[in-house]
Amino acid sequence: MKLTGAQALIKSLEMQEVEVLFGLPGGAILPVYDPIIDSPIRHILVRHEQGAGHMAEGYAQVTGRPGVAMVTSGPAATNIVTPLCNAYMDSTPIVVITGQVASTAIGTDAFQECDTTGITMPVTKHNWLITDAQDIPRVVKEAFHVATTGRPGPVLVDLPKDVANAPMDWYWPDIVDLPGYKPTTRGHPRMIREAARLIGESHRPVIYAGGGILKAHAAEALRELVDMTGIPVVTTLMARGAFPDSHELCLGMPGMHGNYTAVTSMQKCDLLIALGSRFDDRVTGKVSAFAPDAKIIHVDIDPAELNKVKRPDVPIVGDCRLVIEEINKAIRDQGGTEAQPDRSAWIDQLRTWQKQYPLHYEQPETGNTLKPQFALERLRDNAPDDTILVAGVGQHQMWSSQYWRFEEPYTWVNSGGLGTMGFAVPAAVGAKVGQPGKTVWAVDGDGCFQMTAQELVTAATERIPIKVAILNNAYLGMVRQWQELFYEERYSEVYLSPHLPDYKMWAEAMGCEGMRVESPEEVDAAIDKANGIDDRPVVIDFRVDYREKVYPMVPAGGSNDDIILDPSQGEGGR
Amino acid sequence: MPAPARHHTLSVLVENKAGVLMRVAGLFARRGFNIYSLAVAPTDDERFSRITIVLDVESAPLEQVTKQLFKLIPVVKISELDPSSAVERELMLATIKAEPAARGQVIELVNVFEGTIVDVGHDEITVMLAGRPDKLDDFEDLMRTYEIVELQRTGRVALPKLERQAPRLRSVKGA
Repeated sequence: MKLTGAQALIKSLEMQEVEVLFGLPGGAILPVYDPIIDSPIRHILVRHEQGAGHMAEGYAQVTGRPGVAMVTSGPAATNIVTPLCNAYMDSTPIVVITGQVASTAIGTDAFQECDTTGITMPVTKHNWLITDAQDIPRVVKEAFHVATTGRPGPVLVDLPKDVANAPMDWYWPDIVDLPGYKPTTRGHPRMIREAARLIGESHRPVIYAGGGILKAHAAEALRELVDMTGIPVVTTLMARGAFPDSHELCLGMPGMHGNYTAVTSMQKCDLLIALGSRFDDRVTGKVSAFAPDAKIIHVDIDPAELNKVKRPDVPIVGDCRLVIEEINKAIRDQGGTEAQPDRSAWIDQLRTWQKQYPLHYEQPETGNTLKPQFALERLRDNAPDDTILVAGVGQHQMWSSQYWRFEEPYTWVNSGGLGTMGFAVPAAVGAKVGQPGKTVWAVDGDGCFQMTAQELVTAATERIPIKVAILNNAYLGMVRQWQELFYEERYSEVYLSPHLPDYKMWAEAMGCEGMRVESPEEVDAAIDKANGIDDRPVVIDFRVDYREKVYPMVPAGGSNDDIILDPSQGEGGR
Repeated sequence: MPAPARHHTLSVLVENKAGVLMRVAGLFARRGFNIYSLAVAPTDDERFSRITIVLDVESAPLEQVTKQLFKLIPVVKISELDPSSAVERELMLATIKAEPAARGQVIELVNVFEGTIVDVGHDEITVMLAGRPDKLDDFEDLMRTYEIVELQRTGRVALPKLERQAPRLRSVKGA
């Protein structure tokens, strides 16, 4: 069967069971947009290419399937670099297809030409510049394989216009042949036995669960490990939902804005069981002072993560689910629950900390002051059980992670590693497309919202009814917090204004329901109304107290032992 | 250029595809690893090329370098070649000032180092020298007396040393 390169590309995406493309056409990708009309694949027309990338990420994070974005060459390709980098940092599988100028024009500074594969090389797991239409099915199959296996990540396929127009003989490859790509998924049996032995000897262990748990679909295996051993769990920003917050052994989020117990449990533990986590600087604080007494078991599918930051006593390369299942088996072989030492003193200690130093804020009972945490708690308590929460980056993101109760995997979407402001709205659109049956709430800051709000036009047009709660404190709040604490309250370029833009009017102009909430007593009614709307996106502008800061906090570069609590809670455990 | 006191040689087998060198070099740049020298050429199997990288080990732990390198999809195999267990060679071309009065001395030194004169001008000669990198260093040093006009070294290529043991009988195919 003779096809054009463009037809072969779309057919290859169909073979990969792609159900939706997020994209925006332009000159170099024009040939590929023609066969989309005849394809069952849904196309969602974004308003900015960055939006397409983040939508693909949101889609991937809630479905576990790769998100696909398609844009043209030059500025479109550079606009999608941010999502690529974001997906790279958070190991999110997305496939980005970019148009390129004709191969004969490459290197001539042609209109809308840029070196897309060169620019994206550092922020993709791999990328391809296709030079022969006959290669298209093979490359697409390789691209999806690389994006979704091993440590997942973004890939990019660059397709010159003449290659898209060229004829090819259709085929679909049976196998992927990449001699340099063979991810290790099975953990080393001796290391697994050793891990089980160390667990059985530990008196103050803690599991440091990372995003790898979700990537590997290891939540159930983790649950089994915890139920068998009684070991408490911290869930990193990327792993919220990987272990239910309601479980009595869930300690919540560690790190720079983690809660006291989660942070301190890692500092005081004698065994740190890192599962799919990467000792990020936002978790460890000052590395030399991090978990000083702990032996470390580190499980990761990416060998380069082992011994990158901390030297593990037991390094295990492998898929988190497979490895945890093997560890569970080894623990059973070594006597199971009965063989575990008595850890009641440790658990009691954790309970004491939890009682002494809970998350804390004070919502005044009278007056119009609305605390952002209060708005979030009301949102949480009124949201349907399986709600997906999406956040941008900054204070609102930390409060979201702290105050939400995540019970199920894949219900939390945020930009962890790169910290991309503006992530929330497009990622929420992608999440809603991936899980149309679930309520999707985006919690956003006013600064973030202004970066990508135009994708609400996409959402309104395509009838993707996401809900957006702007915690509007009229500041770049996290920057303001640092300036207040570390720059002697010298506020440099952080004020935004609560009224400009008028978020309610802006939402309405974009085809959304717009609301404004200025006092605590208006909160519930607005949330109820928003939850009742299912035919268009909703935006609530919560006017929140700009003085509120995110606590606890470990100052950047400081030791986790120097955690700062909310000022009303005194000096903490020191 | 004196050889670094502490270096490691990585022999990296890569798929012979466009842009692979850029992937490898880019990785070194963005992870802050310093390359001392780099040589690349196709192998006897045309699907693969071999990149020989001499690495300044002060700049990064070797383990991290090799692990990150191995994550590149076109990288098929990485061998670490410890200088003591590898055969390393390098090629140098050097144009040396050699006016008639000095020419005899220069040629004599070239002969001592088993170099070859590949080009002769009125008062300059171009010499080719292949050998162990430290031998090239010595030669370069000696030539400074006569003024080096231009000098180009290839960066080293290396293969593991063969184990010294009694020859084994090997089947000879197609003989």
